[in-house]
Amino acid sequence: MCLAVPGKVLSVLGDDPIARSGRVDFSGIVKEVNLAFVPEAKVGDYVLVHVGLAIATIDEEEAQHTLDALRQIEALDQELQ
Amino acid sequence: MKFIDEYRDAQAAGRLAQALARVATREWTLMEVCGGQTHSIVRFGLDELLPEGVTLVHGPGCPVCVTPVEFIDKALAIAARPEVVFCSFGDMLRVPGSAKDLFTVKAEGGDVRVLYSPLDVLALARRHPDKQVVFFGVGFETTAPATAMAVHQARREGLKNLSLLISHVLVPPALRAMLSSPLNKVQGFLAAGHVCTVMGFEEYEPIAREYRVPIVVTGFEPVDILQGVLMCVTQLEQGRHEVENQYARSVRRAGNQPAQELMRQVFRVVHRAWRGIGTIPESGLGLCEAYAEFDAERRFDVQGVTAQESPECRSGEVLTGVLKPFDCPAFGVTCSPDRPLGAPMVSSEGACAAYYRYRRRPAAAEA
Amino acid sequence: MDWNANCPVPLGRHERVLMAHGGGGRLMQQLIAAVFRPAFDNPLLETRHDGAALRLPQGGRLAFTTDSYVVRPLFFPGGDIGSLAVNGTVNDLAMCGARPLWLSCGFILEEGFEIAALQRVVESMRRAADAAGVVLVTGDTKVVERGKGDGLYVNTAGIGALEHERVIGPGSVRPGDRILVSGDLGRHGIAILAARESLGFETEIQSDCAPLAAPVLALLEAGVDVRCLRDLTRGGLGAALNEIARDSGHDVRVEEAAVPVREDVAGACEILGLDPLYVANEGRLVAFVAPEHGGRALEVLRRHEATAGAVEIGVVQESREGQVTLATRFGSLRLLDLPSGEQLPRIC
Repeated sequence: MCLAVPGKVLSVLGDDPIARSGRVDFSGIVKEVNLAFVPEAKVGDYVLVHVGLAIATIDEEEAQHTLDALRQIEALDQELQ
Repeated sequence: MKFIDEYRDAQAAGRLAQALARVATREWTLMEVCGGQTHSIVRFGLDELLPEGVTLVHGPGCPVCVTPVEFIDKALAIAARPEVVFCSFGDMLRVPGSAKDLFTVKAEGGDVRVLYSPLDVLALARRHPDKQVVFFGVGFETTAPATAMAVHQARREGLKNLSLLISHVLVPPALRAMLSSPLNKVQGFLAAGHVCTVMGFEEYEPIAREYRVPIVVTGFEPVDILQGVLMCVTQLEQGRHEVENQYARSVRRAGNQPAQELMRQVFRVVHRAWRGIGTIPESGLGLCEAYAEFDAERRFDVQGVTAQESPECRSGEVLTGVLKPFDCPAFGVTCSPDRPLGAPMVSSEGACAAYYRYRRRPAAAEA
Repeated sequence: MDWNANCPVPLGRHERVLMAHGGGGRLMQQLIAAVFRPAFDNPLLETRHDGAALRLPQGGRLAFTTDSYVVRPLFFPGGDIGSLAVNGTVNDLAMCGARPLWLSCGFILEEGFEIAALQRVVESMRRAADAAGVVLVTGDTKVVERGKGDGLYVNTAGIGALEHERVIGPGSVRPGDRILVSGDLGRHGIAILAARESLGFETEIQSDCAPLAAPVLALLEAGVDVRCLRDLTRGGLGAALNEIARDSGHDVRVEEAAVPVREDVAGACEILGLDPLYVANEGRLVAFVAPEHGGRALEVLRRHEATAGAVEIGVVQESREGQVTLATRFGSLRLLDLPSGEQLPRIC
């Protein structure tokens, strides 16, 4: 039910904000997705899609921070061993 | 798969498990709220990676599981009508009502269809002007914006043959209800990452303060969940009780404003009965007066349906983390995915279904 | 709980056929056990394999099998109901270790079905039969009224020659046997879904529908001790492994990290909430071979186009539970269960 998947915006159609949609690529599967809730999303951005609508733009910087935090844990592990 | 594979990395997961083992000096009981997180935990065996003292109990974050029996029965009554095309998410089809489920209604001749998105009902309604198209709108705050969008677009198009049976539920009131219960053992929460993508996490701050529990907004992949657990246990060890955001790549404190705006336009907060738990005040969403014409409950006059729960089903206790599926006497005996007594055995996010599918009995986890 | 007086397996509350009964999962097994087996029970049916291995009164062995095809849509990327009908039956014969020789074909046509479409199907069957080295020797045609037949249903039955005395089936599986899969999973199921408008997604993925007799016969010729073969259709790898584990009485252990899935198939499964382990295939097989022949078997399979992606994914274990466990990449263990009903309706 809370299944939401990240995909890359390939193209955006429509000026009408409510009906604004885009073709989104999920690792080789392309689906049309409603982009009304992510007015800031542009081609090349990654969005999080739930039941056919994008509910967020993925913040690549934050994603990197999460992975960096993991690397710090690895470094700490190595120190302690 | 970008933004998925990195968070399924086995090495990173191993490191997080080791870090957890160092940090945890006492026993702690945490709850993951969302059924999608439960599913991920059981599917990837993440609870096996946790240190001895850290226990995860599964929460009521499975909207299919908590949809009241009366609603299922109403849905069944509507779906059986010859003029109706009844549309639903796949999960709802096998959830048992008092006497049958939507799959059976389909087998008996009802026009029941599975949809991927609520927006798909619009095209369906346009294609079948002579039919009444009804959508079963179930889900937490993650899904409510999609339902709101479907209703909003239906209004704009002036569709007369579309209505929705709405049973959306809200997470924060459920957390408060659980925390207020004397049976509660949960000391920290992994909040539902996709619910918070929509709603943000501001509304969890008063809960963390009042009940003195750490709440970590957490994603769904193995690395997300383990990192969320690490952050939560670290807070507990340090005596803190704050809201933290593990899932920062998708969640912002204020959430998704356009989505919340549309929800405010279309819905109003209502009291909602949670299957197996009881009525929690102001814990659900229903259509507001301005959109009442799209309310299937009114259009089909199924308001007087009363329902019977299986007396054997203890889903309420499972949903609030008081009972593990294995400890239910019906588990695997009179209750299984093929003959479910209650919703948690049916939904792909239900705790009982996850245990049945991936564990069967504790012995399966032994090498 | 309803109990059938003839059979101890409860049918549950189902008094009518559900779509899930055709899904290749638990419900279908229940239907077979509760309705068909009590009526038709005999030792040959008991072997519960894809085809029956039969001995002629005057000597010599044949394999015999049948399958019906109700796939929707009729034409999809990488195949159609015709090529499916030929390859599916050819493969069931191959899974007995037989050389497929002759097919029969029955058509049930709905009034109003386009003859041009029928022509396309039949031509596709001819091409598939030629590629697989089989001949269509007998057939039948029926027509039903408009509204009673959904276009076209096809049934094929096949006969093959068993040129050896081996018993290839679940009964021959032994602890220690290596488990191989012939290529990446899930292409057929996803290709079918993509061709269905209602789900609205584009992809380059094509069905993996292909004949598998040549690589199987090559395995036998190379002296590989093949214990059991199964082609993966509805219910995918998960269903096939569970059936073999149950019917052999041994446990199966699979390494999650070893199971091959293409990235785009994985992506489709993510958005649809499907598990690639249960998604249908049409040109993939799982092989159980003696432990000392694992390497040789992979070499042979990799020389054939249809099985070029063959890899080892697991091993048969000692216990007598008949369960399938998956060792996750995180080092934990979990069950790989038989799917309950249908993941994807009408994919073959």
